[in-house]
Amino acid sequence: MARAIVNVPATARRGDVIEIRTLIAHPMETGYRVAADGQRVARDLVRRFTCRYNGEVVFAAELFPATAANPYLVFCTVAVDSGTLAFTWEGDRGFAQTETVAIRVT
Amino acid sequence: MSRVAAGARVLALVAATVVLAASPACVQSDARRPGSATMSPQTRAMQRDDAQNPAMLWVADGEALWSRAAGPAGRACADCHGDARASMRGVAARHPAYDEASRRPVDLGQRIAACRQRHQQAGPLAPESHERLALEAYVALQSRGMAVAPPADPRLDAHRERGRALFHQRIGQLDLACAQCHDANAGKRLGGSTIPEAHPTGYPIYRLEWQSAGSLQRRLRGCMGGVRAEVPPYDAPDLVDLALHLASRAAGMIVDAPGVRP
Repeated sequence: MARAIVNVPATARRGDVIEIRTLIAHPMETGYRVAADGQRVARDLVRRFTCRYNGEVVFAAELFPATAANPYLVFCTVAVDSGTLAFTWEGDRGFAQTETVAIRVT
Repeated sequence: MSRVAAGARVLALVAATVVLAASPACVQSDARRPGSATMSPQTRAMQRDDAQNPAMLWVADGEALWSRAAGPAGRACADCHGDARASMRGVAARHPAYDEASRRPVDLGQRIAACRQRHQQAGPLAPESHERLALEAYVALQSRGMAVAPPADPRLDAHRERGRALFHQRIGQLDLACAQCHDANAGKRLGGSTIPEAHPTGYPIYRLEWQSAGSLQRRLRGCMGGVRAEVPPYDAPDLVDLALHLASRAAGMIVDAPGVRP
């Protein structure tokens, strides 16, 4: 299912600072909570987020238990070339999701 | 000619008088405030911006589910209803509505679940399941910006009246009725939160406290648990009757689903 929403301007002028907004569905279970049966709920976090612009890392973030569920990340980069922006979220329990968005730079 | 003009002027006057006579209701409706009005600017911004609103994750899933075949019938919602952006416009604004088959009022989530069982012959959609909330959020989005329009079906009257009675009925160990907080003390504080006026214009909502989307039923059950009352199970007639009453209180207000609440 479509479980990530990525917002990137479709076109930009070369040299423009563009804002990128990402939202992903994830429970961000801290690992500190205790369930109704008294057992600790296993940690399930997005640990790392990476944005690659034509293969080059332009932004990365490490996420920790204090982050709310469905993390929303906003950052900026400079439009240098037409191509693709690839967003990768990696985390516990082998979680890995990648979304790619095309951008046209004039 | 001039007589016609004069007649028209008289008619216009009559029309103006009628509008004036009806205006106290309009003034009252302007004074009502949706739950989003008392939220922090940050939470309001989150609701306003679809790129930030986490409920849009449910909407995106609902959109995918809409055109995915389910059940032995192999039919998708879209096979009967077509494009939801046209066919589902205003549907959320007029629910809860009367259901011919079960001869009861049903809310939007129940309607979707029933449709799925009857027409797709698919398994039941459990209340608060991800799929039901996703479809409900997607359908509710199609009514965004429209006025809440409870149906004038006389078969709903008894249920609406029962909902009104439940709203004013003291319940639980705290011996509180809905009306005591949401009518008499709306806008004041309960602990750290502002008490809203209980106008369900934004459901299903993404509630930050839940870290998830949830239905009006979940919200009502939460309130009932809060006053230490016996909490009815999901899809109980009490919850739907209450929702009917709430919809009639909010009639004419603008649907802002899917909402974000603290």
